[in-house]
Amino acid sequence: MALTIAVCIKPVPDSEYYNKITIDPVTKRLNRDGIPTVINSMDKNAIEAALRLREKHGGRVLAFSMAPDTAIENLKRVLAMGVDEAYLCSDRVLGGADTWATSYTLYKAIEKTGPVDLVIMGNQTEDGGTAQVPSQLGEWMGVPHLANVIALDYEDGGMVVKTKADRGTIRYSLKLPAVLAVTRDCNEPRIPSVMDILKVGKKPMRILRAQDLDLNPDFIGIKGSPTQAGEIYSPDMSRKSEALVGDPDEIALRILDELRKAGISIG
Amino acid sequence: MFEFFNENQVMLASVAKELVEKEIATHAAEWDEKDHCPTELFKVFGQQGMLGVFVPEQYGGAGLGITERSIILEEVARHSAGFAIALMTHDLATAAILNHGTEEMKKTWLPKLCAAEVIGGLSVTEATGGSDLSNQATTIEKNSAGYLLNGRKVFITNSHIANLNIWTGTSGVNEKGRKVLSAILIPPETPGLSAGRKENKLGLRGSITGEVIAKDVQCGPDSIVGKEGKGSAVALHTIGNYGRSGMAAIALGILRASVEEAVKFGNERIIYGNPLSKIPEMQAIIADNQVEYEAATAMLYNATAIYDNGKDAIPKLAAAKYFATEAAVRASRRTMDLMGGYGVINEYPVGRFLRDALANIPSGGTSQIMRVIVAGSLLR
Repeated sequence: MALTIAVCIKPVPDSEYYNKITIDPVTKRLNRDGIPTVINSMDKNAIEAALRLREKHGGRVLAFSMAPDTAIENLKRVLAMGVDEAYLCSDRVLGGADTWATSYTLYKAIEKTGPVDLVIMGNQTEDGGTAQVPSQLGEWMGVPHLANVIALDYEDGGMVVKTKADRGTIRYSLKLPAVLAVTRDCNEPRIPSVMDILKVGKKPMRILRAQDLDLNPDFIGIKGSPTQAGEIYSPDMSRKSEALVGDPDEIALRILDELRKAGISIG
Repeated sequence: MFEFFNENQVMLASVAKELVEKEIATHAAEWDEKDHCPTELFKVFGQQGMLGVFVPEQYGGAGLGITERSIILEEVARHSAGFAIALMTHDLATAAILNHGTEEMKKTWLPKLCAAEVIGGLSVTEATGGSDLSNQATTIEKNSAGYLLNGRKVFITNSHIANLNIWTGTSGVNEKGRKVLSAILIPPETPGLSAGRKENKLGLRGSITGEVIAKDVQCGPDSIVGKEGKGSAVALHTIGNYGRSGMAAIALGILRASVEEAVKFGNERIIYGNPLSKIPEMQAIIADNQVEYEAATAMLYNATAIYDNGKDAIPKLAAAKYFATEAAVRASRRTMDLMGGYGVINEYPVGRFLRDALANIPSGGTSQIMRVIVAGSLLR
């Protein structure tokens, strides 16, 4: 059976620029101005998993993202990897969403573009790292969902999935539709070829505004987000230092004293 | 990044960077130390469409230009200038066939070169020097079976790994009694062609450079590339456009590496309680490196755009190759200065950058020859 697969991707700050990222003390959000974004690395694993299923069983792969308009560049990269269509949910009213509001918006976008057989996502993102959105999306859709997926295939009308557990792996059989969250162990994402890049301009890509989606205003953006960041602060990384002067024996005794004062027992 | 790249070129740079970081970055120092050419990577670059990117789709390429080729080579040279020149030279055989070969040659060999089913080489330089082009001892004699090739070429990149070779050699004399050259294609497995001495180079290690010897190499009647007696035009066009844009792109990669290493080391090295980069004199080094990188970038990609628009770019490419290469020498040396003692420790890559930049000077024509070309274009 040909599969229609949705993959959800998130643009995250490029790790090369982590030292330039600051936290807004008022909004408690990352200040991303001027920081280039890249596709969250596990989302690339999700794309790869979807593309392999399409290559084996036929069908099409659709990418979804909720992000500012600038994320169009990230979606072009997704199309270059081989995804067939891309949709960007971008609107000011969607800003400030927590994982719950984000998963709701993605759910409505997927619903809007038509039924899908399977949703594949990265297990977690490099910036937030909550690992909540895949399960929440599964709940909104009312379908089975699994996290920590390290292998998957389509067999006899359903998915056969292996997940990583604390002590080994667990094998599941799932009915479709379903939501799967994959880890880096799942595959090695492909790098687009020059010919793939040249095809990007011919593929459908659309920005979905809030008005394009049948959204409940109470479930989106800051208003629809039950989670609000509490206190956020940068830990004080300064260190006390003192120069010890004197002859070597004196200095050695001082070091022992200081260690004892710090609660370190010395025989 | 060059501001006037189009969307596809921007994405190409990003994709090439990702490929290079995956396949090359962590191995570059070892290839340099062992002077090892990772020939298996030719196929990887072929599969990614990054060989012969300027070849039209009908012959297995992407139908782009030397701008895109330079973008790819710059990314490769950012981590391994040595492997970049190996790829660069492979493309010279491709370019010679594309621009001067027969339709049969294009159909037969271009798809194989683009996919790296064969590795290409271009043999022009002889012991008397590369720039003394018309004085070639190699002979191409017409006979009943086609053409018989005899000679010895030196300083040939891909000498020991190329199996599809294009040679130049003397095929006769003109009405003034001067030697005339022809270019000839030698298919894989042709008897009589062998590799000789392998050079131990200062830089650009990770590519193989050496001697190639032709002893009674019999080529078929349809093996002349371009017209008989017009081999100089094949060599000058190929080296002047594809060779020098390639070498300039490699210099850009070294320049960028020198900038990035200087910034990294400057931020990480703590001196007098602060990062080294807080010291104005160190900032001057970083600024000079960046300024020269930006200038070289503008020169090269302006020149490649001119060529890709179908206009003559030979003097501008010579200027770009000259400036970018000499700037790479200066920049890598400055980064060494910034690093102090660490700069001369081979655990750090900057010594390799300097050696690569120096080895870049004679490849495709020395800086002096580049200046002759630039001046010649103004004085004629």
